[in-house]
Amino acid sequence: MTLKKTVLASVIGAVFAGTTLMPLTAGAETLRIGYSADPETLDIHEQLSGGMLRFSHLSFDPLVRWTKDFDFEPRLATEWEQVDETTMRMTLREGVTFHSGNEFTAKDVVWTIERLKESPDYRAIFEPVASAEAVDDYTVEIVTAEPYPLLLNLATYIFPMDSEFYTGETDDGNDKTEIVKAGNSFASRNASGTGPFIITNRRQGVRVDFERFEDYWDTESEGNVSNIVLTPIAENASRVAALLSGGVDFIDAVPPNDLDRVRDADGVNLIEIDGTRIIGFQMNEERVEAFQDVRVRQAIDLAINQEGIADRLMRGFATPAGQFSPEGYSGHNPDLVPRYDLERAQELMAEAGYEDGFTIDMIAPNNRYVNDAQIAQAVANMLAQININVNLRTMPLAQYWPEYDTRESDMAMLGWHSDTEDTANFFQYLSFCIDTETGVGQYNYGNYCNEEIDALVTQADSETDLERRNEMLREAEAMLYEDVGFIMLHWQNLAYASAEGIDAEPVVNAIDFPYLGDLVINRSED
Amino acid sequence: MIAFLIKRLMHAILVMFVISVLAFAIQDNLGDPVQQMVGQSVPESEREAIRERLGLNDPFLVQYVRFAKNAVQGDFGYSYFYREPALSVIARHLPATLELVFAATLIIVVFSVPIGVYSAIKPRSPISRLFMGVSIIGISIPVFLTAILLIQIFAIGVTVTLFPGTTGWGAWLNSFFSTQGNMPSFGRGYDLVNVAGNWDTNLATWNGLKHLVLPAVSLASIMLPLFIRLIRAEMMEVLQSEYVKYARAKGISMRRVYFVHALKNTMLPVITVGGVQIGTMVAYTILTETVFQWPGMGLMFLDAINHADIPLIVSYLMIVGVIFVVTNTIVDLIYGLVNPTVKLTGKPA
Repeated sequence: MTLKKTVLASVIGAVFAGTTLMPLTAGAETLRIGYSADPETLDIHEQLSGGMLRFSHLSFDPLVRWTKDFDFEPRLATEWEQVDETTMRMTLREGVTFHSGNEFTAKDVVWTIERLKESPDYRAIFEPVASAEAVDDYTVEIVTAEPYPLLLNLATYIFPMDSEFYTGETDDGNDKTEIVKAGNSFASRNASGTGPFIITNRRQGVRVDFERFEDYWDTESEGNVSNIVLTPIAENASRVAALLSGGVDFIDAVPPNDLDRVRDADGVNLIEIDGTRIIGFQMNEERVEAFQDVRVRQAIDLAINQEGIADRLMRGFATPAGQFSPEGYSGHNPDLVPRYDLERAQELMAEAGYEDGFTIDMIAPNNRYVNDAQIAQAVANMLAQININVNLRTMPLAQYWPEYDTRESDMAMLGWHSDTEDTANFFQYLSFCIDTETGVGQYNYGNYCNEEIDALVTQADSETDLERRNEMLREAEAMLYEDVGFIMLHWQNLAYASAEGIDAEPVVNAIDFPYLGDLVINRSED
Repeated sequence: MIAFLIKRLMHAILVMFVISVLAFAIQDNLGDPVQQMVGQSVPESEREAIRERLGLNDPFLVQYVRFAKNAVQGDFGYSYFYREPALSVIARHLPATLELVFAATLIIVVFSVPIGVYSAIKPRSPISRLFMGVSIIGISIPVFLTAILLIQIFAIGVTVTLFPGTTGWGAWLNSFFSTQGNMPSFGRGYDLVNVAGNWDTNLATWNGLKHLVLPAVSLASIMLPLFIRLIRAEMMEVLQSEYVKYARAKGISMRRVYFVHALKNTMLPVITVGGVQIGTMVAYTILTETVFQWPGMGLMFLDAINHADIPLIVSYLMIVGVIFVVTNTIVDLIYGLVNPTVKLTGKPA
């Protein structure tokens, strides 16, 4: 078989032999996408990745989703209220059907939450959720073990799956529910969600075809895309060329070097969005004694010209950062801005007794973040000005993470996106004192530890008064800013580009999951 | 003949064995496949469980023996990224690469022989000099640069405004040097025709052929100049030989001398080099396929590297090893046909 057929009860009749030309009905609009990656699998709980979440928003619908301004927009949940400190009651949308034809009810939500708690990738995120219960067909109650303020943030990850479709045994006797990593499970080959698009044909790494779901519940959406052809084009230059030559209509991740070219090209629109992924460096206090001195950490922070990197190296394609959380997140503190001051940095080094400097090793990936190797090189040069000599090694991603895990370098580059789109997540993974039991501080490369900050963030995480919580997180950011537990560089921007007539601006967002169900195409007739 | 083929078969098995050992030995340096399978925030305990399930914690020898045992039965393992047996992943990507190599080879043969022969016969003509000049440039430009230039010129299009557009001749020159683009810049297109099983062909439709042109030209660009120069050099040498002088003196038509008598002897070394180069071309397909998003083995291999998909990497390397052995065998067979004095078994003639 050359094709992976997505066998859906409702589209069993659609047989694809070889490859087919898309049948186009009158008024139908086909969107040809060139993304840097295609979904790894069809099982949305198998892997937590950008590609998978984009796919989730195409073939499934979340209970709630983020708006451009980081508010919650009702999707399959229409209303929600906090019943008591630990219980949230959600009212579900009626009259929604799955691609298979099954009706969507509360039992699907309960089933999906239970499955999320089995998924290796989502288990940790859904740890706070104790249980979920269907009160009636369209009401569900989610109970957390402790008061938990981020339940709605989690609800953006709950894409109800068709529990009936995924229950039972396959012909070869496997459980249809099972989540198998990099394996050949039922769910990795078949999908039934409530989303605007049905997968009709898929060849991994080559192309994925989608067709609009006829019975899609959101009839108010103005989206008029009837078919999607997604071609993964990993090579940056080729992806841009594919758009410029008219081979595709919409691409993601326009590389900084091509921004001007795309901006100036005829018939193509560039869409830039301030991103939410923080890029920075971590100092290994285990290996370098000097890093334990707060004055040295401050000196390093002061010696690095964040604005310069964002302006020149990133060509404006980054927002210089002085804290973890980007604007729009609760906990973002507008007072904390980069504070490049080389003279003060040199003074601090002298005060700490390191006037003559020292030599360190530094590692950075060279194909993970935008311009990562060049950024590391620039930082190394900047550190040379306070007499810290850097031996930099850069390597491809596949080798970088194993190297990072050994923690055998003195400084390491890291980019982090908060899975909950919330400030506390940054602290818990990047700056909390390492605790192997609870798993916090998993990416705290340098073993930085400030128990005061940890206590404040932990307290904030059970504070359900969101305004007070916000205050506490701002305070935590300010404390980390003073103590320099992480060298912040910038938030990496996002750039999409689309052909004329594809009105992509309203459907893309800083979270990097375009809501293509609502995309309006208005190609002028000529 | 049969003894020769059996010998080559043993050869292939030996090559596969050596490659598999080498590939297994370097797998620790290829990266951590589990890292590629999980989200960044997944705790170490979950990673460890996956590593254990995939058998990645076993010692090298245990892993190798397990692999070898299955490989002998034709099971080369399961690709982590494609979630399919590695061999069927390769089989699915093979036709695209073979068609690309075939098209490039066709371009090379069709252009290199006449051009090479012409510039050997008329070495001083301006056309020959032009060909030689261009071929030097062709050899020196890396294949991905050629590919990107081709995309810019023929897929995206170039607008030239070098000449004054207000004058008639300027406008004409501008439009003469500008290109429209319109050639497809990526992929195989959607008009593929299924031939059999895994094999969807680009060669059966106009649209399919159009998608094939740019990748094939860029793949050919690195070898074509080499072959033109090789054929020219060999031909010039042959033309100096006694038997050609004799044939000319005898009054045989020049056309017959060039294309029947001289060309035949010219081709011997060309075939030898050609056989090796076709193997090398498989390696160049990695670059070409990446730039053109051509869904063949090269692109697949790069994906496998990026995902640290070790079973697929090992299988790919072994299959490429076999392709080398097979092409060399075929070259030796053809060699025997062209020059009957060559004995395949290696005994002195």
